[in-house]
Amino acid sequence: MKPLLAPLVLLAFAVAPAPTLANPYETRLANGLRVIVKEDPRAPTAVHMVWYRAGSMDEKDGTSGVAHALEHLMFKGTRNLKSGEFNKRVAEAGGRDNAFTSRDYTAYFQIVPKGALPEMMKLEADRMANLKLEPKEFAAEIKVVMEERRLRTDDNPQALVYETLNSTLFQAHPYRRPIIGWMDDLEHMTWQDARDWYRAWYAPNNAYVVVAGDVDHREVFRLAQKYYGPHKAKPLPERKPQNEPQQAGIRRVSVKAPAKLPYIAMSWKAPKLQDVQKDRDPYALEVLAAVLDGHDASRFAKNLVRGSKIAQSAGAGYDGTLRGEATFTLDGQPAEGRTVAELEAALRAEIKRVQDEGVSAEELARVKTQSIAAQIYKRDSLMAQAMEIGGLEAAGLSWRDIDVLLEKLKSVSAEEVQAVAKKYFSDDTLSIAVLDPQPLDNDKHKKPSGAVRH
Amino acid sequence: MKQSKLTPPHPRSTAGFAQPAGFGGAQQCFAKPRLRPLPGAGLLVGSLRSVIGGRLRTRFTLICLLTLLTSTFALAGVKIEHWTSPSGAKVYFIETRVLPILDVQIDFAAGGAFVPAAKAGLAGLTRSLLEAGAADLDEEKISGRLVDLGARLGGGADSDRASVSLRTLSTRAERDAALELMRTVLSAPTFPQAVLEREKGRSIAGIREAETRPDAIAGKRFAAAIYPDHPYGVSPTVDSMSAIARDDLVAFHRQHYGARGAVVSIIGDVSRAEAEAIAQRLTEALPSGGGDLVPPPVKKPQRQTIKIPHPAVQSHVHVGLPAIRRSDPDYFPLLVGNYTLGGGGFVSRLMQEVREKRGYAYSVYSYFAPRKLEGPFEIGLQTKRDQVDAALKVVDEVLTGYMAKGPTPKELAAAKKNMVDGLALRMDSNAKLLGYLSAIGFYGLPLTYLDDFPARVKAVTAEQVKAAFARHVKPENLVTVVVAAD
Repeated sequence: MKPLLAPLVLLAFAVAPAPTLANPYETRLANGLRVIVKEDPRAPTAVHMVWYRAGSMDEKDGTSGVAHALEHLMFKGTRNLKSGEFNKRVAEAGGRDNAFTSRDYTAYFQIVPKGALPEMMKLEADRMANLKLEPKEFAAEIKVVMEERRLRTDDNPQALVYETLNSTLFQAHPYRRPIIGWMDDLEHMTWQDARDWYRAWYAPNNAYVVVAGDVDHREVFRLAQKYYGPHKAKPLPERKPQNEPQQAGIRRVSVKAPAKLPYIAMSWKAPKLQDVQKDRDPYALEVLAAVLDGHDASRFAKNLVRGSKIAQSAGAGYDGTLRGEATFTLDGQPAEGRTVAELEAALRAEIKRVQDEGVSAEELARVKTQSIAAQIYKRDSLMAQAMEIGGLEAAGLSWRDIDVLLEKLKSVSAEEVQAVAKKYFSDDTLSIAVLDPQPLDNDKHKKPSGAVRH
Repeated sequence: MKQSKLTPPHPRSTAGFAQPAGFGGAQQCFAKPRLRPLPGAGLLVGSLRSVIGGRLRTRFTLICLLTLLTSTFALAGVKIEHWTSPSGAKVYFIETRVLPILDVQIDFAAGGAFVPAAKAGLAGLTRSLLEAGAADLDEEKISGRLVDLGARLGGGADSDRASVSLRTLSTRAERDAALELMRTVLSAPTFPQAVLEREKGRSIAGIREAETRPDAIAGKRFAAAIYPDHPYGVSPTVDSMSAIARDDLVAFHRQHYGARGAVVSIIGDVSRAEAEAIAQRLTEALPSGGGDLVPPPVKKPQRQTIKIPHPAVQSHVHVGLPAIRRSDPDYFPLLVGNYTLGGGGFVSRLMQEVREKRGYAYSVYSYFAPRKLEGPFEIGLQTKRDQVDAALKVVDEVLTGYMAKGPTPKELAAAKKNMVDGLALRMDSNAKLLGYLSAIGFYGLPLTYLDDFPARVKAVTAEQVKAAFARHVKPENLVTVVVAAD
């Protein structure tokens, strides 16, 4: 079947007004807080998010996990609000709220009927400056965080592998630390650590607000001025680059954990997107990842899972929009009866094939079709639109780049994909982590994270 | 773009490919996937590890469950049209022209409940192998064609139903081609032997892997314990998967994927006349089976505690029983009542007592998941294994106290306010509305039910909550499962 790129491109232009039009709208308050508003009147709802440019990469050794722990504590009391009251107010407004912490940022959001937006902005602005950290509340909440770590990581073999891979491929860069923190650091964390973190990073000049929904941007700007405007900007701690030194040689690690199937993850160092106009390789790497694992007809699904049946599952991922350093990662589980070494060879062979033979015009067209369709489907979700804006801003890019990124992606040639496949997949910058499955030993309780320490 | 397990979950990749699960898309949201070899994606969490999502891991699950529970909300002004297609299929339709997209879903009474235990896994396998070959198309042609169209085929099978959903652009060429492909997949699957063998192998590997995971073990053992001798309690095993032959899939499709029992839900950028043609075209070539299929009756279990050894650092706990049918008149009292007990996130009593006050767990919740027959009520949590008895004691006290007195006037008012005012949130996208349409159709809820929803919620009294819990959550039937117990 012939790719249907042409009509899709036209469609994209027809339904997505030129990117230079005003919506979204942006303003900056005198205290440095930026406010970005995406008007979308489709339903009487609104998403309100505050993003702080402070994530686990800004932490120091010994207090890993403090960014995430503070995220939990932000739902406790403030000078104006009793502990637990925040969630209560959101719930009574008919809303939902939550928060998430990444390596690059910490973000908070509420999804509410649009009439509740002013109250949400008031509440969120309040905890930007007035959080009351109580030692007693900290003591209870840090236990919750430790339970979270047990759930997500310590009893999750693939998560342990990923944690180990990260701490192997990054040795100087702060991405080496797990977002949730090492258990030992959590056990020794104090309420003062959380307080220091809050004082250092929670400031209007280190944050931005994203609002999407059935709102008038002028009204949102006015509310932002009213609620966030009074907060004072403050000097932020110095951020050192902490660049990873050039890796010179393959690194291999393994993790033992109770499981049946082995698992392998392979990460190469890769460039990130810095100049959206001039860079080329990040776009080509994105296309490469999509050719390998972007959809059901991609090479990994077709060749490794369905064709040779060597893999139970196989994936490829590249994220070039981040504050720290980028990687290109392949991962997968071998099918029953196949070994992790066979899967590694098969994954490498797929890269080799692109190096030797390149990618086809049909494959390129499919990537483009998929990305255009995704842009349209995204408009069915307010949260997706707000996340896209917030995520780009977190990486130091702009929502103004959204359409540029799509155009640049569409401009990637087969030659460029082949070129990045040749350029970035040397063993010298490769790190490999493997899960070594162990039988369930019910008599021996494993020590938390004991198996993964270096 | 499919999200790699290792890349961030939010749409900030340079390409801005597909959105992750939970942010939209025509994703089917089932309460309890029956076969989950690998951890699934959640709202910013799950297998996506570069972000520590939220304070509440189960939030996505809860949203899904709430979707099931509250599956009939409508925005003011959303008009649902309903008719029966000449094929016999029931059709539910919302016309909305704002976005150039179309979502279509077909539901069949073709879930795991209709499969003998010896062949458990047949329902899921039949559903997933629809896309493995149809008419003269092999699986590569089918997946390739979908990708070329920018369309997405989704769905799955749970206990009651199997679903096939399509999201496509509404431009004529793409739409028609995608719908034609959907029709072919539904009506003329070939179930190729080689693909069947491969997928059986993958499923078996997934089952063996799941047998090492405390969460998966707990889920399966809980279902088995609360549904003794009933298909709702059966999970696929290595033996049952091995026993499935191609003829079984052919027969299951013929018997359960008929137009007569089919529910077609359509929302998006098409007219009523177009929707009529689409529904008829999709269902006219379906097999002749189908109709009013009901699983065998559910027996209540005896009260018991099951402890299962496992080396995990956390114990996984489920407490519950079979509770209500989707058609039960106690639906609203339980829906409203559960908000206060453990459905309302951080404001719920379980969350306050287990997590906020004592720090025993990251995630603790309760839910009712009504089905055709008595669907489960469950309280769940995970906690450091040496404090599991203390956590269970708190759960018991909270449940007993709530059963005895019901919600306070303040709690009841807060629950109603969240549910009524939050209505708009639960239907602010085509993807969400599609879920409601299909639930209305599949569970035979009245169309007026949408408009009635706020009134039904507001009418619930504390006495009704108490009485409904007393009727459906009887202590003598409560089953407790603890995996990784000392």
